Order: sequence, then C-alpha cells, then structure tokens
Amino acid sequence: MKIEIEIDGKSFEVEPGKMIIEVADAAGIVIPRFCYHKKLSVAANCRMCLVDVEKSRKPLPACATPVTPGMVVRTRSKLALDAQKAVMEFLLINHPLDCPICDQGGQCELQDIALGYGSDNSRYDQGKRSVKDKNLGPLIETEMTRCIHCTRCVRFGREIAGISEMGSIGRGEDTEIGTYVEKSLTSELSANIIDLCPVGALTNKPFRYRARAWELTQHSGVSPHDCVGSNLHIHTRRNAVMRVVPKENEGINETWISDRDRFSCEGLSSPERVTSPQLKRHGQWETVDWQTALQTVVEALQDVTEHHSADRIGGIISPNATVEELFLFQKLLRGMGCHNIDHRITQTDFHYQQAMPTYPKLPVSIADIEQQELIVVIGGNTQHEQPLIHHRIRKAWDNGAKVIMINPVDFEFNFTPTQTLLVENRRLPEALTGVTRCLAESQQDTEIAKDLLQSVAVTPAHREVADALLSAKAPLILLGAGAQNHPQAGLMYALAERMAQLSNGNVGLLTAGANAAGAWLVGAVPHRGPTGLNVSKPALDVQRMWESELPAYVLFNVEPEHDCANSAKALKALSQAALVICLTSYKTPAMEQYADIILPIASFAETPGTFINVEGRWQSFQAAVIPKGESRPGWKVLRVLGNLLSLDGFNYVVNTEVTDELRSLATTNTPEQPAGPWRYPSHLPTVSEGVERFCYWPIYRSDSVVRHSQPLQKTPLSETPVVTMSPQLAQRLGLEAGTEVKVSQGGDAVVLQVCISHRMVGDTVGIAAGFLETAGLAESFGTVKIERI
Amino acid sequence: MMTQSKPGLSARAKAEIDEWLKKYPADQRRSAVIPALHIAQDENGGWLTTELMNEVGDYLQIPHVAVYEVATFYSMYELKPVGRHKISVCTNISCMLADSDGIVRCLKDRLGIEFNETTPDGKFTLKEVECLGACVTAPVMLVDKTYHEKLTPEKVDHILSELE
Ligand code: SF4
Ligand code: FES
Ligand code: FES
Repeated sequence: MKIEIEIDGKSFEVEPGKMIIEVADAAGIVIPRFCYHKKLSVAANCRMCLVDVEKSRKPLPACATPVTPGMVVRTRSKLALDAQKAVMEFLLINHPLDCPICDQGGQCELQDIALGYGSDNSRYDQGKRSVKDKNLGPLIETEMTRCIHCTRCVRFGREIAGISEMGSIGRGEDTEIGTYVEKSLTSELSANIIDLCPVGALTNKPFRYRARAWELTQHSGVSPHDCVGSNLHIHTRRNAVMRVVPKENEGINETWISDRDRFSCEGLSSPERVTSPQLKRHGQWETVDWQTALQTVVEALQDVTEHHSADRIGGIISPNATVEELFLFQKLLRGMGCHNIDHRITQTDFHYQQAMPTYPKLPVSIADIEQQELIVVIGGNTQHEQPLIHHRIRKAWDNGAKVIMINPVDFEFNFTPTQTLLVENRRLPEALTGVTRCLAESQQDTEIAKDLLQSVAVTPAHREVADALLSAKAPLILLGAGAQNHPQAGLMYALAERMAQLSNGNVGLLTAGANAAGAWLVGAVPHRGPTGLNVSKPALDVQRMWESELPAYVLFNVEPEHDCANSAKALKALSQAALVICLTSYKTPAMEQYADIILPIASFAETPGTFINVEGRWQSFQAAVIPKGESRPGWKVLRVLGNLLSLDGFNYVVNTEVTDELRSLATTNTPEQPAGPWRYPSHLPTVSEGVERFCYWPIYRSDSVVRHSQPLQKTPLSETPVVTMSPQLAQRLGLEAGTEVKVSQGGDAVVLQVCISHRMVGDTVGIAAGFLETAGLAESFGTVKIERI
Repeated sequence: MMTQSKPGLSARAKAEIDEWLKKYPADQRRSAVIPALHIAQDENGGWLTTELMNEVGDYLQIPHVAVYEVATFYSMYELKPVGRHKISVCTNISCMLADSDGIVRCLKDRLGIEFNETTPDGKFTLKEVECLGACVTAPVMLVDKTYHEKLTPEKVDHILSELE
C-alpha cells in the first residue's frame, strides 16, 4: 500500500516507512545534509536537513521523519530556510576557516552547503576550539579540528566495516572523534571513511596536497585486483593517476571500494616500473628500442620452434590480464602451434579441468548474496580475498543468514560465523566427504561415490554442517582460494557439487585475480580454446610446464617468484630455460636473473580492456592515462608480435575488435557448459604425516601493482613473512614466538621467524606466498621440516 | 606471545558483572557496560585504566571503543588516578542560584587545590559536575557515593573533617 505525500508542491506515491529525505533524493529535490548517508543508519545529529512539515510546530529533520499519509513538506519555505541557516551558523562556530589549506577544498560538502546556507560574516567572536589530530595509519590523514561530529565514520566502522575502531569520545564541547588509544585502522575497507567524511577531517593521506579536485579529470575504470570488478573513478592530472575513488554501482560495489582498490595506484609510479624494452646480452641488461626488442622476440621464438618444437614453449599469463590480452596471448601461442597456456598460476591440481564449466560464474549475483539463507565457504579468507563479496556475506549474516566456514585456519572475520569447521589443510577433503556422507545418508541417496563416503567416519561437526545444509532452502556453497589452490582441488570441487546436489544448493567459485572468468572464456588454459572448445592435443598446465623444464617461457604480467604456487619449481624451470620473455610492468630482482627479454607493458589504468567478473558480467573500460615511458598496452604488443610472426588474424586496429571477435565466437559456438560430470575416487588420497604448509597470498601481496604500493605495505594488514603455527605445535617443536627457524622441503629451505597463533590447527603451518623470502619453497602445500637454527 | 600478569578484573568483579548481565537479554550484554565500569573502577582505587576498559569490553563482548565512548562521556568515570575521596560539586543552574560559587570557593580554599586536582596527600580530588539531579536541595555535592545537600561553608568544613 502506497501513501501520498507532497514535497514542494509536487505529489508523490511512496512506500510507507520511508524517510522524507529518501523521497526527496529519489525525486531530485535537494535537502542539505551532513550526517545522513543512504548506506548508514540514521543518526539525525547534524540537523542540517530540517524541513517545514505542515501541522508540525517545529521544523523536522528530513532524514529521520518517516512519511505519513497526506504529509505536506516544504524544503525551501522561510521556516525551513531559517532553520537550515541557523544550523549552518552553529556548525561553523567551531569549524576552522582553513579551506585554502584544506585538501577537501573544492570537494567539500560543508563548503558547498555553507555557500548556499552560510552567512558572509560570523557573529561568533569567541575562541574556536581546536582538536588534536589522530594518527590513523598510512592511508588516512586527519585534521580533527575540522570534524563536525556527523559520526558517519563511526557508523561506517560499526555497520559496514564490521569493526568498531572510531568512536565519539568525550561529550559536549569536548567531544572528539577518534580511536581513544592511538591505532592504525585495520579494516580492509577503512578508507571509505575518506569519502564519507563531509569535511576535510579525514582525507586521503598519500594524495594529500598533490592536487586540487578541480584540476583532476575523472575516468571510469574497473578494479584489477579481485573478481568483484569494483567500479572506479580514476582521477588523473597531466597524464598521472592521482587517486582512485569508488564509482557507485549498486549491483557490484555499492558505494564502496576496498583499500586495495583505492591505494594500489600508488604502485604505478614505483621505481621498479620498467619503462623501456630491455635485452640481456652476455649477462648484461641493455635498453633497446621496441623494434629491436620485438625482432629479437620473434627470432628467439622461431628458433625454439625450429630447434625444439612450438610445444616446448610455456605460456603463462596473469588472471588479472584483460580479456583482450588473454585472447591474443592464447591466439598467438596457438597460432605458433603451442597449447601450453595457463592463467591458473596459484593452483596445484588440474586433473578435474575437463569438468570445469565454460567459465566460472557465481550461481547468484553479487547483490543476491545478501539474500541467502545459508552460505558455506570452503577454504576461503573471503574478507581478504574479495573484500566486497565478503561485505555481502556479512550483510547476509546480518540479515540472519547462517554462515559456515570450513577452513584450515580460523581466519579472523568481522563477524562470528555461525559455525567454523576447522581442520588441517590436508584433511579438508576428508571433512567434505564426512559432510557429504551425512547428507547422502539423510537423503537415502548413497549410490554416488559410495566407497568414498564409506571410507570416512562422520563427526558431530560434519553432521552440524549437513543439518544446516538440509534445513536451508537453497544453500550457497562458495569455494575460496584455499579450496581452488589445494592439491585436492578437484576432489573438493566435486564434493562441494555433491553437497549442493544433496541439499538443493548451488556452488560458486570465488576465483583468483580480476579476470579468471575471462581467462577461461578465451581459452587461456591448455585444454580448451576460446569459448570452451576442446583443443585437439592435450597440453601442459602451469605446474607441468614448470616440472617439464621447458627451453622457453613467455610470461605475461607474472612474477613467478611472487605470484605462482610452487614458486621454487617455477624459479628452477626459469633458470634452466634458454629463453624467458617477460611482458611485464615491473622488473623484480629475480626477474633480472631469469629473464632474457623484457617487454614493458601498460599497467592498471594505462590500458583499455574488459574484465569479466565473478558473476559473468562484462565490464569494459578505457585507459585513463597513457602508459608510463615506453611501455605499451599488452594487447598491442601481442598484436604486433602476431603480425611479425606472420600469423593470421592479427590485423586489429582497436582493442574492441578483439572483444567483438570473442563476443561473436561466444554467440556462434556451443552454449555455455555447466560444471561436471564429476567422478569420485573410491577412497581419499593418503594424507601425509608431519608438518604441512598452508600457502596463501596476503591481501596486500596479491599482485604486482599492490605489492608496489608503499602505503599499503605500511598498513597493519601488510604482513611480514613468518611461519605461523598453533601453540601446541610450537610447544611440541620446542619453539617460541620470534624464534628463527629453517623451514625446508627436500633440498629447498628458507629462514623465517615463528609466529604463534591460536587460529592455527594441528600440524598445519601458514607460510604466505608473495614474498621473495618464502619463494624458495617448492611446494605450496607440501610437508615441511622446521628446525631451530 | 607475551604473557604478562596484569591486575585486571578480579573473579569477584566478574561475578558481580554477571549479576548485572542477568538483568538484560543475553544478546544485549552491552547494556551492562555502565555498572561493569563502576565495578572495575571501584576495584581499582577509583579510576579506570585503558587495560581495564579493554577487559570490560572483552568481557561484555563489545568493541573496546564502545567502552571508551561510555567511560569518557560520563563524569562519574575517572581516567586518571584520583584521591581517596572524590568530591563532585554541582555548579549547574539551580546550585549556582543557591551560591554554589561560595561552596566551590570554600572547597578550593580548604583543600588548596583547583578543579581536577588531587591534594598532595592523595586524600581528595575536586571535580566540577553538571546537575546532580537534586536541585530542590541545592547547592549539592557528591562525596564518593554520598549526596550532601543544602550546603553551607560550615557544613562543608564538617563533612571534610569527618572523612578519613
Ligand atoms: S571525522 Fe568526518 S566523518 Fe567522522 S564524525 Fe567528523 S566530520 Fe563526520
Ligand atoms: S542529515 Fe538529518 S540530521 Fe543530519
Ligand atoms: S543544578 Fe545542581 S543538582 Fe541540579
């Protein structure tokens, strides 16, 4: 039932329960406000939104006054304007007049509204209060004298970030917004308070004093760091990315972005950027022109094809590459007769690759995650892997959903999951089998995978998960990085699918990188070409490419020492190879050793392209700036190489022709295939004994751009590589926190400090990837030996 | 991991907090924050350390900052050490009209301290507070947990001399 109200002489049919300000906003009627924000709870503490409501003797706050039938509202009557002006005058009593030196100047809600509602002169002639600034860490600068106590930042922590760090301290005239005890904010979404703050109290620290808002040009972009595909506004000046802010997209990132999305752009100007083509001649790096570099690449590749064969080349590409880059990369290599192409650089198990769908796609939209009744996450630290998907999971939980985590580490989340089934990493398949067995027995459907299910004893924890699955209408089962990178990834996927079948649920993969879906669709995998068509000759997956120690490798935006699972194997393969061609934006110390040719390619914001996000949504974007130095967009480099190698079909002029080609293939070829069929072994693979490594990529080590962003590297969330173990294990090994230990696997060893955490279980130790310090281990998930040194 | 023995909340204090928790729904433990802070403060010689506030937060399962917000809002919580007796004089309107100024003058004079100071012997701390809710018997002061009403300088002298 709708009700009718009138605002400024216009009638509206509205849902009861809405606030006046919501109706006005939807109708484009401007009501000034500071504390109200559509994504936050109503605080009604600034009083700037006072409006004139008929039959009310006093003006009422539009943000906190629900509509009633027949209500007549005037937003610009004398009563309303007088009230608004009076509030403005009060707000300005203590606000400093420092706009000329305030970074918010020109983009300040207070400045804008003061222009409309403030008076030229202040009647207040006493001392203004001043407030000591707070240190909130490397991302957010404070100038707390400017704070108007709207509490948006406080509510954000409580309601969105799910971690209360800011508060309203003291009272009355002495109220201060801050953390009380000095601390850097730890939320992975923390910097959204910069956008929320209506004044210059909270500003972007790395961006501080670099540019004025009116000097910036705004470009649309898409985040290249996770499969969410958050929409961005990239602000540039004189061909430099100055900052990144969210672009609202209700279905994807709402009004938020993660700190990773916002501050990774600081990595674009890192001194490690390569800005010109380089060749290694007699062990020395030389800068050359593009023509020489490309010619050398062509000759070197032809040389491999002649002396070995094209299928002795390994092509490895980042899942953060654009659709166009991925498409041309596989087209180039396949054109030469090489199918050794892979983007699954963090994965270790591929035997199930035939059962993969055409491309991984969530069974529900990102927005619909909020509506789920039960979400089971298997092997996922979602809060750090896909912060804005995690935000939706948290919202679902907030709405009353059950959220179950089945994990090898009791990750710290911003809510308490309904249940956490914590098992050693190697025992994850066993746990899933136990749950599946419970489900199968309750559904009396035990034929499929009979032997496997029989081989596992059911525990009460398994039963608890199974009961939750059975009592939910359509559970959503999500496989995170820990499941997809697992040495038994295929079995875990198959079991998750079986769990879903038995409980009327659905399975989704939270894939690595920004564009795993795009990579699958274009055929950046060894067994399928574009749109999922099988290739004639089976070829090598990324791990087989390392193990086969090929004579030549082509790496596209991949730093194997940081980005790949089983990194020591990768480094070994690269160091024995006669030819390593790196198309890259950064030159790392390890790359100097293993690479022979470096082609500098455009980084984030420097290239046009398309990402397909985890929902299967295609999002194209333009370059915001021209690539740094001599670097060129990756798709152009690949196109030119195609031409120089005299391959067919490389005469593209603009990158959208590549996109169009893929689109038309996708419509003419066979329809998208779902996942399956699944096969189940008769028993679980034998589980190793002793201490095992669990490998993960910390949030700010996830890709090269992020790793080069200094502000992100200084936050509390940035980790130093350590070996993390449970107190019990530490005691058994006789180790204390901080002890230096040698962690070895076969002949490889690294030296790390011990960190003791009650979040670890059994004999699983956490050793992160993404660091040179840990790159020397050959198996991301194998057993390790830990000794005191 | 450091294992430091810290004074912290005693088992008795926790038991007392548990009594308060019984009065509220199980999912609203934060309701007990005000009594819990009093209990913690009483046990610690009349003031709250950050560690104690954190402990109260952990015990009630609420964020630390939510405890700081409450502890800094109310004048009955002390965040710095205080004397054995805390004297809170009301200077709000009713008391002011009944000459709380004279009472304040008398107190400052006798104790030799200003507001928010503690006598060198650690016996008294003097504080200025807003309305104590006893306007009918103004002027009013609160000594520890006892109200003293209809004050006169003579009465103040007497009260001070009675305190240990
Ligand atoms: S810091 Fe900004 S967002 Fe936070 S309360 Fe103050 S004005 Fe509002
Ligand atoms: S916006 Fe309504 S009171 Fe602040
Ligand atoms: S004004 Fe002093 S008790 Fe009310």
